[in-house]
Amino acid sequence: MASKKQGVPFHGTSEQEAALRQCIAELKDSKGCLMPILQKAQEIYGYLPIEVQTMISDLTGIPLEKIYGVTTFYSQFALQPKGRYQISVCLGTACYVKGSGEIFKKLEEILGITNGECTPDGKFSLDSCRCVGACGLAPVMMINDEVYGRLVPDDIPGILAKYN
Amino acid sequence: MYRSHVLVCGGTGCTSSGSQQIIEALQKELERVGLTDEVSVVQTGCHGLCALGPIMIVYPDASFYSMVKVEDIPEIVSEHLLKGRVVTRLLYKETVTASGVKALSDTDFYKKQHRIALRNCGVINPEVIEEYIGTGGYAALGKVLTEMTPDDVIKTIMDSGLRGRGGGGFPTGLKWKLAKQNEADQKYVCCNADEGDPGAFMDRSILEGDPHAVLEAMAIAGYAIGANQGYIYVRAEYPIAVERLKIAIAQAREAELLGKDIFGSGFDFDIDLRLGAGAFVCGEETALMTSIEGNRGEPRPRPPFPAQKGLFQKPTILNNVETYANIPQIILNGAEWFASMGTEKSKGTKVFALGGKINNTGLVEIPMGTTLRTVIEEIGGGIPNGKKFKAAQTGGPSGGCIPASHFDIPIDYDNLISIGSMMGSGGMIVMDEDNCMVDIAKFFLEFTVEESCGKCTPCRIGTKRMLEILTKITKGQATMEDLDKLEKLCYYIKENSACGLGQTAPNPVLSTLRYFRDEYIAHIKDKTCPAGVCKALLSYRIDPDKCKGCTLCARNCPNGAIIGSVKNPHIIDQEKCIKCGACMEKCRFGAIYKK
Repeated sequence: MASKKQGVPFHGTSEQEAALRQCIAELKDSKGCLMPILQKAQEIYGYLPIEVQTMISDLTGIPLEKIYGVTTFYSQFALQPKGRYQISVCLGTACYVKGSGEIFKKLEEILGITNGECTPDGKFSLDSCRCVGACGLAPVMMINDEVYGRLVPDDIPGILAKYN
Repeated sequence: MYRSHVLVCGGTGCTSSGSQQIIEALQKELERVGLTDEVSVVQTGCHGLCALGPIMIVYPDASFYSMVKVEDIPEIVSEHLLKGRVVTRLLYKETVTASGVKALSDTDFYKKQHRIALRNCGVINPEVIEEYIGTGGYAALGKVLTEMTPDDVIKTIMDSGLRGRGGGGFPTGLKWKLAKQNEADQKYVCCNADEGDPGAFMDRSILEGDPHAVLEAMAIAGYAIGANQGYIYVRAEYPIAVERLKIAIAQAREAELLGKDIFGSGFDFDIDLRLGAGAFVCGEETALMTSIEGNRGEPRPRPPFPAQKGLFQKPTILNNVETYANIPQIILNGAEWFASMGTEKSKGTKVFALGGKINNTGLVEIPMGTTLRTVIEEIGGGIPNGKKFKAAQTGGPSGGCIPASHFDIPIDYDNLISIGSMMGSGGMIVMDEDNCMVDIAKFFLEFTVEESCGKCTPCRIGTKRMLEILTKITKGQATMEDLDKLEKLCYYIKENSACGLGQTAPNPVLSTLRYFRDEYIAHIKDKTCPAGVCKALLSYRIDPDKCKGCTLCARNCPNGAIIGSVKNPHIIDQEKCIKCGACMEKCRFGAIYKK
């Protein structure tokens, strides 16, 4: 899906690179190390641009096309940067039957972005997710680690205003 | 020694409704009044009644407080913990009767439950290994390593009749036996904690509430099949579960219950965690193993089965979390004890995550053979707002909908299959008359299309074609021929897909077609959505007899589609109406309806 922030130049710092090198040195020799390395790399950089994938390939000897295949397969890996506030709306069954689709639409309407995108100012990104496991509070959305439950569409403007 | 223990739920449901703040406030207040030496605050796993969180239980009298707020803490401390007077207004209302407070185990929600897999959830602090050991933890591992041969263990599990709780229902003992028979220099024990079914969270609750039970069971499995390495593949979306597993593994290693020469028996076993990265297909056993190996999580053809060539091409068993949680109890209490519960072919209990349109959303563990009626009406407390039950969906995107006509069927693996659904991992989503079954089928197909790994054609392309037809139906653009095509496609995809994801993907459509075909036909022939969900088929109208001409609706319409003058009935311009429903929400006279 096309993102509004596509083409954002990569700004990795030397601290980040040192952290990546260290984690690769620790994990490289364990079986099936690619996924843990990618997860750690995403923790360090926030996302996995091609520059980071290339570094991992160089340091581990794993072909870049395999790394790219893995990063694009799993929804957890982001190839584009996320917003400072990452909104994920649960579209799992329990939330869906209680109207989380309406919550999602309201967010799209207010933020002017859709699934997987980030606002041009880099503030909010919007994703749908499948079940955060708080089904008792359905419908649910998360902004970073904060969970908002029992939502109705009219709650959304007030919640977003908290992040201004 | 403490004179009172206050248990606060720290499961995901209660944490989301603020239980961490409750714990902090409680500790602060106890410090303020100087009770920290007398009262202990324990963070536990899930109690099951997630709808009423945050939940707090005060022992020794077991008072069950629900929906506790930070503001309530001073009152609970000063009244209950200082003066010994229960704060009745905060008690779970089901426990309050005219003749006093009744025990939690006598309430409708709990009295028909039987907790084996969940027995420690909400009872112990999952971050303290001693609490697990205090409830009999690791005694089963000790018994296995010192008194039983691997064959004894496998026989016990086979005799118990335990079947895989992840959905398929394959006999667990048989799986172990097959893996044991294959000689190899290295074997593996894997735990599937990649609970991907939307709306299912029982495995997460077990991992959060009783992680050691899973570690103990995996070590037992390792001894039985001759493996010394285990992997738990857990969803990264479950941060609390991941954290508690890390703590539990470190504690078990420290206590030498994992590692070299466990109980001096010469048996070595260790466990590593692997985090999933959000791919539903990785719940399929071969895909999960491919993912642990560090690849795209695509399934591989079987045979060879994992018992022959699984993880890293070595014999491997894979069981899910709930299956493992039953193992230590079976070892300790015997196969007969376990086999005495349940139905002829489905033994023991099953945990369900009740969600959707039901009063008591949460986790329930019931003996196999309990009827749907008992689960929904008694344990679940019925449907909110006086609405009518329409269907219960089990088995997630691989399962189907059970209509009211099967309310009295005993729930077990085989019965659910015979009525076109499946046990699945245990999500049970209740739907009422306001849910459109075509829309629900479409919802599940959207999920499958997104999650199909793309390796085999029937699943990759077939599900997409199904979704297109369903979309046409919900827009009122489909013909009866489309419906035939849809049904045929279902059978092609079921028969020809490579793995469980594709083979079961048509189930939500097939089961809704079986029980709710009239709804499909209403969408196609009459161009209406009986439940009033499918927007393209709806129109909002104003009842001129009820409309007072207050203009509130017209002022709130985002598209200027409502016309009319003050004190005269308004009308909606159907051309302009975007069907957002804002007018209906605002009308104070109930004059706006949709059809």
